[in-house]
Amino acid sequence: MCETCGCGDPKLVPVDVHERILEGNDRTARHNRRHFEEDRVFAINLMGSPGSGKTALLEATAGALRTPGRRLGAISGDLATDRDAERLRRAGIPSLSITTGQACHLDAEMIHEALHGAPWKELDYLFIENVGNLVCPAVYDLGQRANVVALSVTEGVDKPLKYPVMFRKADLVVVTKIDLLPHLEDVSVAEIEDALARVMPSPKLIALSARTGEGMGAWTRWLEATADAGRGNDVASASGGPHEVGP
Amino acid sequence: MHEYSIVQALLERATAEAQGRGASYVVSLRVRLGELSGVDADLLAKAFDTFRERSVCDGATLAIVRSPAVYRCPRCGERIERGAILRCTSCAVPARLVEGDELVLERIEMEVPDV
Repeated sequence: MCETCGCGDPKLVPVDVHERILEGNDRTARHNRRHFEEDRVFAINLMGSPGSGKTALLEATAGALRTPGRRLGAISGDLATDRDAERLRRAGIPSLSITTGQACHLDAEMIHEALHGAPWKELDYLFIENVGNLVCPAVYDLGQRANVVALSVTEGVDKPLKYPVMFRKADLVVVTKIDLLPHLEDVSVAEIEDALARVMPSPKLIALSARTGEGMGAWTRWLEATADAGRGNDVASASGGPHEVGP
Repeated sequence: MHEYSIVQALLERATAEAQGRGASYVVSLRVRLGELSGVDADLLAKAFDTFRERSVCDGATLAIVRSPAVYRCPRCGERIERGAILRCTSCAVPARLVEGDELVLERIEMEVPDV
């Protein structure tokens, strides 16, 4: 190193990057999305707290979509066990299980890996049941066409305000376990809807009970209409406006 | 909780940049974190401190720029107040998030030997 002018000194090089940190995940997600679109598989990222009723909703959906003869498949993500995947298989939905270990969310690479070699192209619906968690899953694009967030009436009315990142990303919020409303003095679907409107610019919710079947019709109509729209078919929009209760 | 995976992605990107330019090490990173990015700034900083060791980012500083969530009417530009219903009362259209969900690596500074 020259002592006079400092030539040979290391240089400080600044680089403007301006890239999404999760561009790697996003790239894989776009790849997944392209595959799903090409093969007309309606992929849904189903999220929600532990106990929000995601698995029960899918079990009930299997029965509801049997009539039109739809082919359902699922990927179930959980930290440990494959109990969710097992329940879905018993309900007639072929399911792959992803045991994430410590990871609190699914990511696009996990989905890509799980589907490798599996006959997913034959499906009409692929339900990706994400890890029960209202924080992390919202951050990772999986390549899904729709984000559905399950929110149980037992969680109270202020969850949306506490978890705006998740609810903002929802294409549809399914308010579950409405059969329990008579036992919950301080909860009403109207209050939940009000909270959603403060974190979702275009709030859309369907209130239902997987147990009694109330509201399941609106859910399956939304599924079929959204699936059809994705296939480019001509279809009247799903019944009603942003809020539906009842069959 | 997932801040570890964010840090991993950051370190991989910084390492690739450093290798591409023959840098000896990374001096600093600047990241923009939106209020609605789903990533916690303090947890990210802690995770970075932990996982940068023995990487080319060992000793690098991490600057985190935070962006608040800003919703505006796409038609009249009116800002929607925090906590209010996300719909413009004048135009009756849904508000749009114009700022606040960023999860971006903005800048890397590296030391490159002058040869």
